[in-house]
Amino acid sequence: MKNSASTPSSLRTTKGVLFIALSLALAFALLASAGTGQLAIPPQEVLGSLLHKIGIEWLPLPSHAAGDQTLWAIRFPRVAMAALVGAGLAISGLLMQAIFGNPLAEPGVIGISSGAAVGAGLSIVFGLTLFGQWTTAVLAFAAGLVATLLVYFMSRAEGRTEVVTLVLTGIAINAIAGAAIALLTFLGDTQSREQIVFWQLGSLAGSRWSQIAIVAPILAIGMIAAYLVARKLDLLALGERNARHLGVNVEALRIGVIVLVALLVGASVAFAGIIAFVGLVIPHLMRMILGPAHLPLVTASALGGALLLTLADLGARTLVPMADLPIGMLTSLVGGPFFFWLLRRTRKRAGGWG
Amino acid sequence: MAAQKFVAVDRAPAGTVVASARGITLVRGGRKLLDDVSIEVHAGEVLALLGPNGAGKSTLLGVLSGDTAPDGGDVEFRGRSIGDWSLPELARRRSVLLQDNQIMFPFTVHQVVEMGRAPWRRTPLEDDDNEAIAEAIAAADIAHLGNRRVPSLSGGERARVGFARVVAGRTGVLMLDEPTAALDLGHQETLLQLTRERAAAGDAVLVVLHDLNLAAAYADRIALLREGRVFACGTPAEVLTAETVSDVYRTPVEVIERPGSAAGIVMPLRG
Repeated sequence: MKNSASTPSSLRTTKGVLFIALSLALAFALLASAGTGQLAIPPQEVLGSLLHKIGIEWLPLPSHAAGDQTLWAIRFPRVAMAALVGAGLAISGLLMQAIFGNPLAEPGVIGISSGAAVGAGLSIVFGLTLFGQWTTAVLAFAAGLVATLLVYFMSRAEGRTEVVTLVLTGIAINAIAGAAIALLTFLGDTQSREQIVFWQLGSLAGSRWSQIAIVAPILAIGMIAAYLVARKLDLLALGERNARHLGVNVEALRIGVIVLVALLVGASVAFAGIIAFVGLVIPHLMRMILGPAHLPLVTASALGGALLLTLADLGARTLVPMADLPIGMLTSLVGGPFFFWLLRRTRKRAGGWG
Repeated sequence: MAAQKFVAVDRAPAGTVVASARGITLVRGGRKLLDDVSIEVHAGEVLALLGPNGAGKSTLLGVLSGDTAPDGGDVEFRGRSIGDWSLPELARRRSVLLQDNQIMFPFTVHQVVEMGRAPWRRTPLEDDDNEAIAEAIAAADIAHLGNRRVPSLSGGERARVGFARVVAGRTGVLMLDEPTAALDLGHQETLLQLTRERAAAGDAVLVVLHDLNLAAAYADRIALLREGRVFACGTPAEVLTAETVSDVYRTPVEVIERPGSAAGIVMPLRG
């Protein structure tokens, strides 16, 4: 099927411009972010260091003696983690909104992130190593999955999800997870307490290549799966029964997507802590530009999420000199007011959500 | 005229049974919504389901379309138990229009009609998409709505967009739940004329209606339901008698003979 929408050619132009603009902005943000810090490295030297690594002798290497080392050991993994986590959170937001049929569904708002944080907290406090270096990620995934399933089954009635029920279920899940995290903080020793606090605030400090090696494949799987189900998600907007009549196995789709969201959120929470609102803000902005068809939204959300979190991480490191601000705090600072605006706008347009 | 344009891929020979229910019983909340209902839908006919509110019309349509599993009885589609069909296979052979045409995100009119083609993705018939969509948009008279977002449309316009989506699927069986409920007089007529054309081309049309005279004018057969049972089934002239209608709807009516037409006009007797 060709790309539809109102005037297909104008949409195609919008889409092209948006994808190129986001990609360029992301590339610049990544270079700028990698070059910024206590040791400033100009963008051409950052690019030079990258190119030399893959065997292209073009552009200068970092002039500072420790430049190359700093880039590869500290900056690149951190910047890459920011982009991957941002993309993953934005896609999970998009997927959640599609299966709940509701623009307010977001991993943070409805309690999935804090559920995953409980899983990760457990592995930190009790020093669990059942799955080796994957333990934290696996437990975050499992707890995130449990939280998602709870929200899903508790907020659905007769095939519909009411917004109020969804948000209230999220409040309940957040409260329970908050209590569990408080208990873990209480039980843990000083070091694990520090780790847990760090986590709840969200931070990309200390990202390592070994962690990237876990997050990157998960994001790749998540994106491919999102592309594969995109058209079915469009049909789901017609309602459950209509989607079934058009050949969609709605239950299988829903469960599959929930597992996928838990996987994406679990991976990001395991290594970056709780970073809220990316999954709400980005898909919403992209939907305003591109319309609601999910296929282009997957690409746009991934790029937009990566860009937003790269910029947020840059801000976290530079807004206050010599300090590394918690990134979760920054995204909530931007996302909170956005949420207000979204609520007010919907109230005006459609009389609110009953 | 327009009839042979609607080519359904796998269409049953005219007159054969495409969908059937035998001895259907459905209980919800301790109430029998359907009680020993048997009905057959044939290729090439328009079969109207009539009956008072709560008689079980939509419920029966839900059972025949495979949405609701009955508590007792058998449902067959094209000679096979409905449960044996995979959802995509079924989607390419029958399309369903529900009463509720809400949409959760602001898709455009064209995008929604295009969704009706989803079952044909990755099949050779995908090539017909543009033609089928254009034809459905013309048939439902929604070309002027063009690029508008569906949530911004009126109820009647939304119902027509839903109808266009169903027509675009070009399936051999149409199941329509009160397709005319929100429509004005002119669009009611064109919609039902279209179902007649589809039936003439060999499709089977099952339609839930409230307007007895519309049913009399356009249906080949009428099944009149009351309290979960088939009260009467037959041609409009056989079913829509003053006695039967008065009884089922608990309202006295007269049937006024009309020259040149087998079925008369049903009018309530107003004091």
